[in-house]
Amino acid sequence: MNADNELIRIEHLQKRFGGNLVLKDVNEHILEGEKVVIIGPSGSGKSTLLRCLNLLETPTSGHIYFEGKDITAKKTDINAVRCQMGMVFQHFNLFPHITVRENITLAPVETHHMNKEEANEEASKLLTRVGLLDKADAYPSSLSGGQQQRIAIVRALAMHPRVMLFDEPTSALDPEMVGEVLEVMKELADSGMTMAVVTHEMGFAREVADRVLFCADGGIQEEGSAEEIFSHPKNPRLRDFLSKII
Amino acid sequence: MQAFFSSLSSQFYISFVDQNRWQSYIKGLGVSFLVTIGALAIGIVIGILVAICRTAHDQKKGRINPLLSVINRICIIYTTVIRGTPMMVQLLINGFVVFVSSRNLIGIAILTLGINSGAYVSEIIRSGIMSIDPGQMEAGRSLGLPYRTVMSKIIIPQAIKNVFPALGNELITLFKDTSLVTVIGLTDLTKAAMQIQARTYQAFMPYLCIAGLYLVCVLIMTKILGTVEGRMRKSERR
Repeated sequence: MNADNELIRIEHLQKRFGGNLVLKDVNEHILEGEKVVIIGPSGSGKSTLLRCLNLLETPTSGHIYFEGKDITAKKTDINAVRCQMGMVFQHFNLFPHITVRENITLAPVETHHMNKEEANEEASKLLTRVGLLDKADAYPSSLSGGQQQRIAIVRALAMHPRVMLFDEPTSALDPEMVGEVLEVMKELADSGMTMAVVTHEMGFAREVADRVLFCADGGIQEEGSAEEIFSHPKNPRLRDFLSKII
Repeated sequence: MQAFFSSLSSQFYISFVDQNRWQSYIKGLGVSFLVTIGALAIGIVIGILVAICRTAHDQKKGRINPLLSVINRICIIYTTVIRGTPMMVQLLINGFVVFVSSRNLIGIAILTLGINSGAYVSEIIRSGIMSIDPGQMEAGRSLGLPYRTVMSKIIIPQAIKNVFPALGNELITLFKDTSLVTVIGLTDLTKAAMQIQARTYQAFMPYLCIAGLYLVCVLIMTKILGTVEGRMRKSERR
């Protein structure tokens, strides 16, 4: 269990919202370079699990280790940890009052990871990579959903994170825009990035995932390679879930 | 009919031309503007600080920060007391109780109106902050930015933009409320007219004149606010 290249380890993670126990005793790990896809019915706690990883949700109990350090400990500098964890949201959450370029350069400059010129250069490089360099000086509201989500991915990448967390990145998109975002994510996966993806895109999961976690009733009910999960599901809840969506 | 007009022109002469009385109006207007600008500056600073403290407290999840709770309580008491008492009473208290030995009437007026305005501005800005999608804060924090930076670079600029019309309204109200500073003896535009009435027994011309001056100033402010707002909005869609 305690592999050398383990990037994130989750131990006995519990999350309670008021009287509602959303996550009960989750134990999991993510290896360096691994692509983990989390699937499951809505309300199963998969988004909460992902959001606990960078402490957007504070766990009720349990521990999360990032590079061997307990980030749930009180004295942890959470901002320093988050600098190394990029996150992409369902609703993009770009900053509407500044341009695309400023969206990307804001965090690296403010956290002193880069100076203004370096950040600008990095932004241009990343925008070229997703084919949106011509939108650098546009405002987010003038872009399509797919373009906005690609910018959001670039914004997270500009911090040079060690892991990228995707929270249903294509769920708010029009169907014809899903492809362009998945394409960027696949390219990112090929480049060796460690990724944790909550998604309903089973095709993407099949193609990219090293490991698929099936989340239901506040816990990981089954995990395995994409092949095992999709072709030979054992858990009846998983079989039921798959029969509904495929 | 002719008598009426000749009486009007003599009233005009007494109210404005005689002894260069028109200068009193101009000086009074200058004082009104000075008080407005000073109070606005204080009001916005207090308003933003109070709004941030209160939303920081309200949006705090999980652990309770005792210091923040105390500050939040103080902010609530401040807005309750200031919004719950008449501005004229506040002026009288500051002028004749708190700062009774001070002769700096402009300073007292600016401070009192600023503190008063701050209570209203804080609620306006608080509503602006709360109108921002929580996803903005999450996105900022997920990038490793501290709460302070997300607030100042991402949340507040958008909040101000959203509540700009309400802030403009507050500015106009503030400007007109400066007429209340007459009660502590400061010679603003209204006091200037009152003094001229006392000396000349003319009420019609002086009061109509200052009403017109207030109105013109408000119209100019409205125009400027509209232009600024239009410019702020334009930057969004291009």
